[in-house]
Amino acid sequence: MKKGSLWSWVWILLGVLYFFLPLLATLQFSLKAERGVYGFKAYELVLGDPQFVETFVFSIEIAVLTIVCSLLLIVPTVYWVHLRLPQIRPILEFIAFLPFVLPAVVLVFGLIRIYSRPPFALTNAVWSTNLLLVGAYMSLALPYMYRSVDTGLRAIDVRTLTEAAQSLGASWATILWRVIFPNLRTALLSGAFLTFAIVVGEYTIAAFLARPMYGPYLAGLVRNKAYEPAALSILTFGLTWGIMGIVQWLTYRAPGATQVTAGPR
Amino acid sequence: MVQNSLSTSARKQVWVWVGVVPFLLFAIAFLLAPASFLFIGSFRDLQGNWTLANYGNLWQDFVIEAYTLSIRISAFTALGGGIFGFLLAYAVTLGGLPRWIRSGLLTFSGVASNFAGVPLAFAFIATMGRIGLMTGLLKLMGVDIYKQGFTLYSFWGLSLTYMYFQFPLMVLIITPALEGLRREWREAAENLGATSGQYWRYVALPILLPSLLGTMILLFANAFGAHATAFALTGGTFNLVTILIGAQIRGDVLRDPGLGYALAVGMVLIMTVSIVTYTLLQRRSERWLKR
Repeated sequence: MKKGSLWSWVWILLGVLYFFLPLLATLQFSLKAERGVYGFKAYELVLGDPQFVETFVFSIEIAVLTIVCSLLLIVPTVYWVHLRLPQIRPILEFIAFLPFVLPAVVLVFGLIRIYSRPPFALTNAVWSTNLLLVGAYMSLALPYMYRSVDTGLRAIDVRTLTEAAQSLGASWATILWRVIFPNLRTALLSGAFLTFAIVVGEYTIAAFLARPMYGPYLAGLVRNKAYEPAALSILTFGLTWGIMGIVQWLTYRAPGATQVTAGPR
Repeated sequence: MVQNSLSTSARKQVWVWVGVVPFLLFAIAFLLAPASFLFIGSFRDLQGNWTLANYGNLWQDFVIEAYTLSIRISAFTALGGGIFGFLLAYAVTLGGLPRWIRSGLLTFSGVASNFAGVPLAFAFIATMGRIGLMTGLLKLMGVDIYKQGFTLYSFWGLSLTYMYFQFPLMVLIITPALEGLRREWREAAENLGATSGQYWRYVALPILLPSLLGTMILLFANAFGAHATAFALTGGTFNLVTILIGAQIRGDVLRDPGLGYALAVGMVLIMTVSIVTYTLLQRRSERWLKR
C-alpha cells in the first residue's frame, strides 16, 4: 500500500466516525427507555403519542401544499420568461437568490412585523397564519425549485415544443399540463422532494408563527423527555436519508442537474 | 387600420407582462416586503423619524458579543469543516481509494448536510452531553471531559455540532472541483521536472484556490444563519445573533424595535457579502474547472 493511500484511509476512518458516532449514540439512547433492557419502548411511546401523529400529519400537509403552490407558481412563470421575456431573467435570478441571504429567522421576523398588524393582520386567524407559513416555506424552497425548473427548461427546446403544440391547436393550459410538465418530470420531482425535506423538519418559522408543526413538537420533547426525542431523531434521520436517496437517484438520471442544498439550520 | 394594429400589438405587449405578475406579487409579499420593512425600520426611531441611531446602538457590549460569537463559530467551523471536507474529498478522488468509497461518501454527505436543526442537536446531546455515549466512554478511559470544563453548551460544543453539516457540504462542492484537475496538467508539470510539492504549489492549488476559498465562505454563511440547531441545543441562552433576533421576535427584549431591525439588517449584510463573494469565486474557478 502506498503511503498516500494510508493517509486517505485515516481521513475516511475519521469521517466515518464523525458521521456514525452521533447516530450510534442516539440509536443506543433510543433503545434503553426501559431500565436494564434494550427495546423499542421509546418508539412505541412516541408513535402512539397523538400529538406526534397530529404534528407530523400537519407538517406533511403543509409540505404538500407548499410543493403544489410552488410548482403552480414557478413552472408557468419560468416557462413564460424562457419563451417571451428572456430579458427579465436576471430579475428572476435575483429574486430566487434572495432566500440565501435572508436567514429563516430574519425572514420570519419581517413577516411577523408586517402581517401581525392592520392592514394585513394575517396572524389573527388560523387559516391566514397557515397561508403565511406556506408562503414562507415557498420562499425557503424557491432557490432549489427555481434551479430545478430552470435547468430542466434549458435542456428542452421550449420554443419548438410550444409552436408544435400551438399549431395542433393546444391552449396554454394544455401546453403547460401536457407538454411542459411531463418534459420536466425528473427536475420537478427532485425539486419537490427537496422542498419536502426542507419543510417537514423545519423549526424556526413554524415555532415563531406558533403552528403545530413537527419541528417545534420535537424541540419540546428534547426539553422535557429523554428517550422519545432519541427515537424521533433516528426516525427523522431515516426520513432525510430516504428523501435524499430519492433526490440523488433522480438527479443521477437527469445529468447536469447536480443539487447541493443547504436547508434551514 | 394602422392605428388598430398598433393597439393590438400594444395589448399583446401588456399580456406578455401579465404572465409574470403572480410571481412578482409572491416575491413582493413574502420576500421583498419583509426585507424592506426591516431595512426601513432600521432607519426609524420610536416616533417614526428618520435616524441612524439604531446603527449607533449596535455598538453595545451584548450586541458586539453576539456578533463576535456568531462570527467566531462560523469562521471556526468553516475553516475546520473546510479543511476536513477537503481532506476527505482528496482521499476519495486522488488518494487511491476504491471507487465505491467515493459514492458512499457523497451519499453520506448529501444526507448529513441536510440533517440539521432539532434532531441534530439531540444527536449531539446523546453523544457528547453529560450522559452521552462518548462522554461515558471517555470517562471509562479515565478522561472526564465535563470535569475538565467541557460542555456541549459552549463555543466548542456548538462548533462540534455545526461541523456535522459543515464538512459534508464542503465534500459535496469540492469533490467535482478536485475531479476537474486534469491528469495532463500533472504530467506536464512532471515532464518539466516539477516535484509533487511544486505541482501542488504552482499548479493545482492556484487552480483550486478560488473554489476552496469560495466554498469556505459559503460554509461561513451556512453557519452564520443557523438558528434551530443552536436554539434546540442551548435553549436560547447562547448569545448568537440569530438567537438574539429570535428573542426580539418573541418580545421586545432589546427595549427598542429599531435596534432589532438594525441587528437583522447587519446580519443580511454579512450574508450578502459572503454569498456574493462565494458566487464570484465559484465563477472564477470555472475558468479552469469546467463542469
